[in-house]
Amino acid sequence: MPERRIELVVNGERRHVDVEDRTTLGDALRDGCHLTGTHLACEHGVCGACTVLLDGEAVRSCLVFAVQATEAEITTIEGLSPEDGSLSPIQDAFRECHGLQCGFCTPGFVVSLTAFLASSPDPSDEELRDALTGNLCRCTGYQGIVKAARLATDRLNGRRIVETTEVPA
Amino acid sequence: MTALEEATPAARFVGQRVKRREDPRLLSGHGRYADDISLPGQLHIAFLRSDVPAGRIRGIDVRAALALPGVQAVFTGADLNDISGPLWTTTNGPPAFGPPMHPLAGDDVRFVGDPIAMVVATSRYIAEDGCELIEVDLEATPAVSTLEQAMAEGAPLVHPELGTNVLDAPRPPDPELDAVMAGAAHVVTRTFAMTRTTNVPMEGRGMVASWDRYARELRVWPSTQSPHEIKAFAGRVLGIPENQVRVEMGDVGGGFGQKMYPTREEAAVLLAAKAVGRPVKWIEDRRENLIAANQARHDIATVTMAVDADGHFLAATADLVQGVGSYPAGGGIAAGAGFVAMLFSGGYRIPKTAFSAKTVITNTCGQAPFRGPWAIETIAREQLVDAVAAEIGMDPLELRRRNVIHQSELPFTLPSYLVYDVVTPEETLEQAAAMLDWEAFRAEQAAARAEGRHLGVGLSLCIEPSAVGMGAWATEQAIVRIDPSGMVEVLMGTGSHGHSLETTIPQVVAEHLGCAIDDVVLRQGGDTPYGPGTGGSRSAVIAGGAAQSASTTLREKVLAVAAHLLEASPEDLEVADSAVSVRGTPAKALTFAELAGTAYLNAAALPPGLEPGLEASSRFAPPSPFTWSNACHLCVCEVDPRTGVVTLLRFIVSEDCGVMINPMVVEGQIAGGVAQGIGGALYEEMAYDADGNPLATTFLDYLIPTASEVPDIEYGHIETRSNSLGGYKGMGEGGAIASPAAVANAVNDALAGLGASVSQFPITPDRVLRAIQAAD
Repeated sequence: MPERRIELVVNGERRHVDVEDRTTLGDALRDGCHLTGTHLACEHGVCGACTVLLDGEAVRSCLVFAVQATEAEITTIEGLSPEDGSLSPIQDAFRECHGLQCGFCTPGFVVSLTAFLASSPDPSDEELRDALTGNLCRCTGYQGIVKAARLATDRLNGRRIVETTEVPA
Repeated sequence: MTALEEATPAARFVGQRVKRREDPRLLSGHGRYADDISLPGQLHIAFLRSDVPAGRIRGIDVRAALALPGVQAVFTGADLNDISGPLWTTTNGPPAFGPPMHPLAGDDVRFVGDPIAMVVATSRYIAEDGCELIEVDLEATPAVSTLEQAMAEGAPLVHPELGTNVLDAPRPPDPELDAVMAGAAHVVTRTFAMTRTTNVPMEGRGMVASWDRYARELRVWPSTQSPHEIKAFAGRVLGIPENQVRVEMGDVGGGFGQKMYPTREEAAVLLAAKAVGRPVKWIEDRRENLIAANQARHDIATVTMAVDADGHFLAATADLVQGVGSYPAGGGIAAGAGFVAMLFSGGYRIPKTAFSAKTVITNTCGQAPFRGPWAIETIAREQLVDAVAAEIGMDPLELRRRNVIHQSELPFTLPSYLVYDVVTPEETLEQAAAMLDWEAFRAEQAAARAEGRHLGVGLSLCIEPSAVGMGAWATEQAIVRIDPSGMVEVLMGTGSHGHSLETTIPQVVAEHLGCAIDDVVLRQGGDTPYGPGTGGSRSAVIAGGAAQSASTTLREKVLAVAAHLLEASPEDLEVADSAVSVRGTPAKALTFAELAGTAYLNAAALPPGLEPGLEASSRFAPPSPFTWSNACHLCVCEVDPRTGVVTLLRFIVSEDCGVMINPMVVEGQIAGGVAQGIGGALYEEMAYDADGNPLATTFLDYLIPTASEVPDIEYGHIETRSNSLGGYKGMGEGGAIASPAAVANAVNDALAGLGASVSQFPITPDRVLRAIQAAD
């Protein structure tokens, strides 16, 4: 199948990528842009591991063709991570609450939750849990993820600061 | 040691909820999984798999595939099987009995998903196009898909080479047991069926392999639980010495047993790397993972308990039928399901047990370990205990209280002659019951029932045989070195794949060496000392023990060097924060960097006779064949009798894993296991139809729990030191072993008011409704 060169705007950067019409956005980001934080875990739109933002909206990059994304601003997990190597409030809460083990599903959760909290800044516990059901995790039993989502939400709403004990240095 | 005691004196690192070192890279999208490796000139692999459960291959035409631009090579069994070395594993050795194991199908296929051919191309897309162009002349032959079909008289043989589909390990005649059964006040028999489930790591299997014909070196980036299995396996498959194989241990997206042993596809990928002379990558997609990676838990157990008039257990038997599919992991098929037989009496005083097993081979995906592969012993026994309680009209908590092993009985010898040294089944039972407030719940349940609501509570007690101390599983080695800059590097053959070993091993090292935890890095992979990998709940006990032992030895050397340079006695020195100081005179101190500067770069200044450098190595084996941990799970649910839907309201886990290196990680392991157990009890089913077709090939059909299905888990910890170094006990599998019966018992407790019960997993709304209708 012939390839064509397309332009993608990813994490604020303009990139040129050679793709086939059938190339998924997930594959274009991973193989074409070398942004491997977007993980493909089912490639049929259920598990949410490959979630990225298209103009701020969470989409499954395994269900979008790269050629459909040329007009949009794409944000991947790498784009949500501070460049100085520190963590965003949501990422920080995941670390604090042990919201990840193998880490494979994690970028999808962080991206999905980022989008959800942008559109619903102060959800109830039930709404928050419901919002997390679009992503699958096999390691954590969701315990740390649900707690992290709550902690991040509370912090973003100015309700909680730091609760857990720091490691003795 | 039988008394409950304080776990460990105030420790700086062991026992702390240290945040994970792994997390920043994983949270920011900078982990390095197999699919993230991209080598210059890399090619991509796709497998063509059988779509029939049994059939003869009359011919394969690969010409059209080879003609496709971008396709570099196509391999079939005829190309690879004869050049492949044996596919056995180091931990298990060559199997005494098992099917012929080849990378690709030979003259026939034996399950849907059996790899027939492999296409190597410039992209995965083109490799899959190539697969579609391969023409296989395949004549379907009769298959056996269910256990009943496989066991039937005259059934077609899955592996004609083995001469049978069934390995039978019957019970020997036991007149004494018969007499106990005949004389018992009550004898209760039930059959409990788990269903075939699968591990479902979020990252499937995968591997990048590259052969350098000039350096004669194979480099492998696998997705594995065991870098040393991969290393040895690659050496055998390619017929090259093991020291020509370099294995990188990157991030691994889960395994739960599935990635313990290398598989047929991985052998094919390794052979392809050498044959094409360019790097190759195979990343399993979800359909492949669901139909061809492995299956597990295909267990049906008929269990019997004899009890006296007061509810004391007198004897128990278990008759197990276990499906192992076509090509079990490691290639061996054993009769008897040994762990199930050994562990069946659990945390109870059961004077006599007996066991039989039928191991059944079918034309389905093969069996592999899955988080407590022997879990049926707990899952069947704990449901049986509740059935006995119902039969004799006793509360299941009271029945357990009458039979659970007390501290005063330790060490306790099981009917299987194994010995529990330090366990606390009674303490966890009581803690879990207290966390719920059992009596208050019974009142709440009665009130709810009066309103037409059906609540239920279920208990499950489990003793987990962690850290197998036998054969290849028994040891692990740590090399701990302070480098010339004063930083600490730990080399171990572990295969952390979500287990947080990059955090917990440094905790142990920092504790016992006396360094700052941020100074420690764990290095895993094939260039480390041999170890069987991460699985079998062995890392805390055996890897932790090795790390502790080597750190303690190295600390002695650090003290010897420091004492000489500070002109002090080693007894007057203290080590903390990567520095040694004279007690009471903090100004008189040397940092690890200063000590290393002398130890490596100015050896003449060392004490006479002391070997230069700062490094210690220890290969550790735990003192017992098993280091027992234990847990009690308690589940509260509500069943809606109109829809059959089960809603879990509470889930309590009281557990004793000895000294906890990191309680946060312990709770994470429990939670993951519990969620998988809930999945197996209520949702997950790796179903096949009667014609041998897998029915769950996507996440729309194979239902793992989401955040809505797993309630908040409440933890209770009891810490009794094991007799192994550090007092650690393994606990990675118990969450998945104990939880299914707690869920099932809760459901049946809720259904009891309706006169209904369920005994087949998963307990779907449909099965609940049918049970209620059958009771009407």
